[in-house]
Amino acid sequence: MGSFILRRIIYVIPALIAVSLISFLVIAVPPGDFVDRLAEEAAKKGDIMPLAEIEAMRRAYGLDQPLLVQYWSWITGVVLRGDFGYSFGWNLPVKEVIWPRLGLTVVLSLASLLFVWVVAIPIGIYSAVRRYSAGDYFFTFLGFLGLAVPNFLLALALMYVAFAWFGQDVGGLFSPEYIEAPWSWGKFTDLMAHLWLPMVVLGTSGTASVIRVIRANLIDELHKPYVTAARAKGKGEFALLMKYPVRHAMNPFVSGQNDIFVDIVSGGTIVAIVMGLQTTGPLLIKALLEQDMYMAASFILMLSVLVVVGTLLSDLLLAWLDPRIRYQQG
Amino acid sequence: MTTFDETSGMVSPAPEKRRGQGFEGHWALVWRKFLRHRLGVLGGMIVLLAYVVAAIPDFLAPVTLEAYNPAYAYAPPQQVHLGVSTEDGWQFRPHVNAYKTVIDYNSGRRIFTADPDSIVDIGFFVVGEPYRLLGFIPADRHLFGPVEVGQPFYIFGADRLGRDILSRTIYGARISMTIGLLGVAASLVLGILVGGVSGLFGGVVDNVIQRLIEFVQSVPAIPLWIGLAAAIPRDIPPLQVYFFITIILSILGWTSLARVVRGRFLAMRNEDFVKAARLDGCGPVRIIFRHMLPSFLSHIIATVSLAIPGMILAETALSYLGIGLRTPIVSWGVLLQEAQNVRTIASAPWLLLPGVAVVIAVLALNFLGDGLRDAADPYAD
Repeated sequence: MGSFILRRIIYVIPALIAVSLISFLVIAVPPGDFVDRLAEEAAKKGDIMPLAEIEAMRRAYGLDQPLLVQYWSWITGVVLRGDFGYSFGWNLPVKEVIWPRLGLTVVLSLASLLFVWVVAIPIGIYSAVRRYSAGDYFFTFLGFLGLAVPNFLLALALMYVAFAWFGQDVGGLFSPEYIEAPWSWGKFTDLMAHLWLPMVVLGTSGTASVIRVIRANLIDELHKPYVTAARAKGKGEFALLMKYPVRHAMNPFVSGQNDIFVDIVSGGTIVAIVMGLQTTGPLLIKALLEQDMYMAASFILMLSVLVVVGTLLSDLLLAWLDPRIRYQQG
Repeated sequence: MTTFDETSGMVSPAPEKRRGQGFEGHWALVWRKFLRHRLGVLGGMIVLLAYVVAAIPDFLAPVTLEAYNPAYAYAPPQQVHLGVSTEDGWQFRPHVNAYKTVIDYNSGRRIFTADPDSIVDIGFFVVGEPYRLLGFIPADRHLFGPVEVGQPFYIFGADRLGRDILSRTIYGARISMTIGLLGVAASLVLGILVGGVSGLFGGVVDNVIQRLIEFVQSVPAIPLWIGLAAAIPRDIPPLQVYFFITIILSILGWTSLARVVRGRFLAMRNEDFVKAARLDGCGPVRIIFRHMLPSFLSHIIATVSLAIPGMILAETALSYLGIGLRTPIVSWGVLLQEAQNVRTIASAPWLLLPGVAVVIAVLALNFLGDGLRDAADPYAD
C-alpha cells in the first residue's frame, strides 16, 4: 500500500506541471493583453493613451517579456512563495481574492458530492431490488431528465420558482449583510440556508449517473450463487443485501466518483455565474473578459489542482477498498 | 456470411423454425436488436425529426428570423383555440386571440390580455414572408401561421423586441443540432487517429497516450472551455466563431472516442479473422479498413451518438454566458441569453422555452445512444 501511494503521488507531479502550463498558456497566448484592453477603453472615452505610456505600463507589469519567462516567474512565485501574481483588474495581489473564493468552491463541491451520495445510493439500491416497479421507472425517468437538463437551466428554473412562488431572491451564497462580514455563527447558518439550492443544482446530474451505475451493478450481483447460498443459510434479507451484493456493487461506484467530482467542480463554474455565488466562477469569467491574466490563470490552475487532488484521493480510497487494484499497479 | 451460417444450420435440429435468423448479416442483426429497444427507437425518431427541422426551419417557422414588432415586446404565449361557438353551434375554426394592451405606468411595461373579440385565424401552408428553402429554392409558404400576414401570432410568446420565440427556437435547431454533429466529427477524426495508433502499436506509445488521455479527462472542462472561448476575438465574422467553438468543444471531446477505438483495436488485434487476413498478405491499411473497421463501426456510431448531447449542452452553456455564439447566429443558447436574470424570467417565463428544446433534444439523443449501444453488439445474448 505504501509504495502504491508513493507511485500515485509521484504520478501527480507531471500532471500538475502540465496543468499549470496549460492554464497559463490558455490565457497568455491569444493576442491582446490587459494593457490593450485599457487602451481600448481609454479610446472609447475619447482620450488616446500615448504609445510611450502603453510601453511603460507593459514593462511595469512584465508583459513585454517572452511567454516562457512570464510563465516561469509566475509559477515559481506560486510554488515557492504562494504568490499568484498581481490582479490588474482588482489592483490587488491575486492571492487575497482567490483564497476565500476557493474555500467556498471546495465547500460547495463537497456538499454537492455529499448530496449525490445521500440521495443516489439508497435510490440506486431501491431501484435494483424493486426492478421494473413503478418507483424504479419513476427514478429512472427522473435520472434521465437530470442528465438532460443543463445545470444553468435548472438553476434558472429553480430560482424562478423560488422567486415567483415563494417570493425569495435566492441568488448568492450569503444574505447581503453577511457578504463582507467576518466569519461568525450567524454567517455560517446564513451560508447553510443559501447553500442548498446550488448544491441540489450541481448534484442533480451526478445523482442521475450514480443511480444508474449502482442499479446496473447491483442487478448483476443480485442473482449470483453466493446470494442464493447466503439466503439458503437463513440470513435476513436486508442484512444479506447490505453485507454482500451492495458492498460488491460499491466498487464501480467509488471509481466513478472521480468523474462526478470533476463534473461538479467544472459545472460549478457556470452555476456560480448564473446564481451569482461567491465562488470562483463569476470572477473567472470577469477576469477572462478583462484579460486579467494572472487572476484567470490562477483560477484555472487552482480548479485543476482541486480536481487532480480529488482524483488522487479517490484513487487511494479505491485502492484501500479493493486490494486487487493496488496489487495490479503497486 | 454463408460459411458461418452453414455451421449454425447444421447444428440446429429444425432450421425451418428459425426462419432466416442466422442467415442475416451483421447490420440486419444490429437493426433488429435496435428495434427492440423501444426508448431508443422513440429517441431516434425525435432526433430524425430535429434534424429535419434543422434542415428546413424557414418552411416550418411561422415567420422568418428578421421579423420583429416592438409593439408586442414580451407578449405572453397565446392559447390556441380549435373553434368558435356561434349561434349555429360550435364551428371548427383554429385561431388565437389578438392582444389588448394596457400600459402600466408604474412599471413602464405593457400588460397584455387576450382579446376574445379579435380573432387571428391560423391556417396550414399559408403564404407568409418569402425565404429560400435549403438556401436556394425561393418560396413563401409556411407550414402554419396566421392566415393574414403580420397579425400577432405568438404561441410561445415574444422576446424583448417582439420576436416570435417559436420561430426562433425552430431556427435555433439549425445551429444547435449541427454544432454537436460537427464537434463530434472533429473529435472522431482525432479519436480514431490517436486511439488507432495507441491500439495498433501498443507498448510505450500506448502507455504514453493513455496517460495523456487520463490527463485530459482530469482537467475541469468548463473553466478551460470558458478560457478558450473568451480568447476568440470579438470582431471576427459569426461563421468563424461557429467553427472556433466547434474546435474548442472537440479539443476536450475526443478522449472517450479514442478510448473506444483503442479498446476495440486491442481486443481485435489477435482475433482469428484478423490473423487470417494478415496471413493472406493484406497490408495494415486494408486490414484496418476492410476487416477491422466494419466490425467495430457500430460501437463507434453508438459512442458518437452519446457524445453529441454533451457538445450541445456545452455550446448552450457557453452561448448563454455570452462567450460562445453571438447574434446574428441563432442557437438555443443564444436565445436563452434573453433570460439573463431572475426578474426577467419572473416577468416573462416563456423566455426559457428554448431550454425545453435543448432538454428534449438531449434526452432523445441519450435514448438513441443507449439503444445503439445495446444494439452495437448483437451477439451478446
